[in-house]
Amino acid sequence: MITIPLSYSLRNLWTRRLTTVLTAGGIALVIFVFAAVLMLAYGLEKTLVATGSDDNAIVIRKGSQSEMMSLVDRAAVNVIRTQPEIAADPEGKPLAAAEAVVLISMPKRGTGQEAHVQTRGIAPESLAMRPQVKLAAGRLFRPGLSEVIVGAAAERRFEGIGLGRTIRFAMRDWTVVGLFEAEGSGFESEIWLDSQQLLQAFRRPVFSSVTVRLSGPSSFSSLKQRLEGDQRFNLEVKREKAFYADQSAMMAAFIRVLGLFVTVIFSLGAIIGAMITMYAAVANRTTEIGTLRALGFPRRSILLAFLIESLFLSLLGGSVGLVLASLLQNMTVSTTNFSTFSELAFRFALSPPIVMESIAFALIMGILGGFLPAVRAARQNILHSLRAV
Amino acid sequence: MRHKLRSLLTIVGIAIAILAFGMIRTVIAIWYSGIEASSPNRLIIRNSVSLIFPLPIAYREAILAVPGVSEVTYAQWFGGIYIDEKHSQFPQLAVDAATWFSVVPENRVSEAEMAAFLRERNAAIVGVQLVRRFGWKVGDVVRMRSMIFPGDWDFVIRGIYTGAKKTTDETSFFFHWRYLDEQVRRLQPWSAGNVGWYAVKIADPDRAASISEAIDRRFKNSLAETRTETEQAFVQGFISMSDTILIALRIVSIVIVGVILAVLSNTMAMTARERLSEYALLKTLGFRARHLVLLIAGESLLIALIGGAAGIALIGPTVDGFGAVMMRTVGAMFPVLGVSAATRTVSLLMALGVGLAAAIFPAWRAATLRIVTGLRRIG
Repeated sequence: MITIPLSYSLRNLWTRRLTTVLTAGGIALVIFVFAAVLMLAYGLEKTLVATGSDDNAIVIRKGSQSEMMSLVDRAAVNVIRTQPEIAADPEGKPLAAAEAVVLISMPKRGTGQEAHVQTRGIAPESLAMRPQVKLAAGRLFRPGLSEVIVGAAAERRFEGIGLGRTIRFAMRDWTVVGLFEAEGSGFESEIWLDSQQLLQAFRRPVFSSVTVRLSGPSSFSSLKQRLEGDQRFNLEVKREKAFYADQSAMMAAFIRVLGLFVTVIFSLGAIIGAMITMYAAVANRTTEIGTLRALGFPRRSILLAFLIESLFLSLLGGSVGLVLASLLQNMTVSTTNFSTFSELAFRFALSPPIVMESIAFALIMGILGGFLPAVRAARQNILHSLRAV
Repeated sequence: MRHKLRSLLTIVGIAIAILAFGMIRTVIAIWYSGIEASSPNRLIIRNSVSLIFPLPIAYREAILAVPGVSEVTYAQWFGGIYIDEKHSQFPQLAVDAATWFSVVPENRVSEAEMAAFLRERNAAIVGVQLVRRFGWKVGDVVRMRSMIFPGDWDFVIRGIYTGAKKTTDETSFFFHWRYLDEQVRRLQPWSAGNVGWYAVKIADPDRAASISEAIDRRFKNSLAETRTETEQAFVQGFISMSDTILIALRIVSIVIVGVILAVLSNTMAMTARERLSEYALLKTLGFRARHLVLLIAGESLLIALIGGAAGIALIGPTVDGFGAVMMRTVGAMFPVLGVSAATRTVSLLMALGVGLAAAIFPAWRAATLRIVTGLRRIG
């Protein structure tokens, strides 16, 4: 088969610049939205997956989706701390942190609308078990005082919780003595304080969860079996990573369904745009196609040439859309996560699969939009085409 | 209209874009429907720290004593799981059986069903949409777990409520707060005697602000300080928590306008380019520039209008389809609202605007075309 050189398809696009730009622009917008939606959902998952650690397990009350809903009483905490699967620190104390999590509503910066900040009363062991958490400014709260440290993402989003400010809840004024970072994980959207202070202030007798450091890779299943089988309590043991990742499931699914529904409808529009362009390209070049056929190019080559032209068009649009979407990576968004009911900051995140999916989606649009016109071009009768003026 | 196929494709393209635009607007409207459903003569009292903190049941009497308050009821979020998480995305509320339906009269229940509900400790009244979704009927026993309270819970459906307004939520599951509290007192005594929030009926909506203030002042410096606001402000607060998503949706709907503009401009540009020699001919015959402009704008507008009308007609069914997909994947229930007149109008105006905008460039070219250039051009 004699093939028509690639440059033929390329130069046709250049000759009809305005049309090419408009059609590719349509495809670029679709790919931009498509990629942005996937990046948003992926960014949310990435943030929450990064919140958990592979070495840790979390013990919560059975059926609780978030720590805010979970209750673990002191008797259960004492039993959990003595489990043999839990690693010990250099001094021989078990690495098990009983924490209490509550939501506090605060005004957001800019709008003044209230949203919930997840507020975590931490144990002395908590910091050692979460090495990603580092103080960025100020100092740690002192046990026994009404002091808190604030996550960097929470500080950016909420009004009046900067260093040195005081926050009022539970009939006390709490001073912000430090800001911390946590490598972009969900902890950065939280406020931390001494768990004893939190429980006292809220007159609350129970903790929310116990996070434990596992002594080895095989300890998880035996710990899970023993604690969940204990009839005195109603506990559930999860890997920390899986627990936090699950909190993204519902929201990520929601973003994906909503976004993909819109993009699919939307892509039909772009396919039609490509189709119009390609039909016109075929119609304008009737004589040219006839000449090519007379020169001996088979129908298949013509089909291919027009299909390639359409693929170039969509690839161009797809790349532009993807480049635009990749610029979003510097943007942090923050919204209430339905699963925890609290504000969570995360970034648009691009991953190789998203790049592949976007390009594939663009090419599919190109093929769908270009196939019928290409068939029409290939099926033209030589004589009629040459006779056309 | 010489290119039937092209015109048809353009019309379909515009229809699809208008459809997407209208769909997004409708979804946003559904989000905000709670505001419309709220009543101006109801106040909501919650714990000032946040919604997850309860208020003591003892506040009831004190609230009733505040001047201007005519009736008080209360509710507690149950956080129930029915079958699994996907089936549970509907509100289950433990309410004060005797007062709830009179403070919230939009939830309509027949008197016979109301009487049956009041008689039984573990009776429930459920929304008509919920009944449709799960195929329940009066007398059915519904077993749920709760994410907040321990144990398995059995409820007997004794009534089905319908909404008085189109925007009233019909997906809630109400049962006796007393039943909840009895169990909690047994299993988790330290958290008994609490309610999630109070709803207050006031006689005069104009005094909402001063009554709210009076209530909050009453509980100042207690362990559970209150935050009282109108129901509308309360619902608005919920919506603003997900405002990022709403903003994103709005941006997308603007991008969509860009896409249809691209598709239609493209068609008009091509049409005009092909007909340059014809335009030149028309000019030679004595037609003025404005005739040509009208010709092109007319064609563009016609295409945009037909496409727009088709798209608007399809918005309703598409939103329903979207609701069905959402229910299957996330389990979220969308109230059936229909497409508002405002959405239809805005969509139509947008189609018109795009039709005009797409005609500008080709029309300008045709109008400023020099006859000689146009005639010299070949095909």
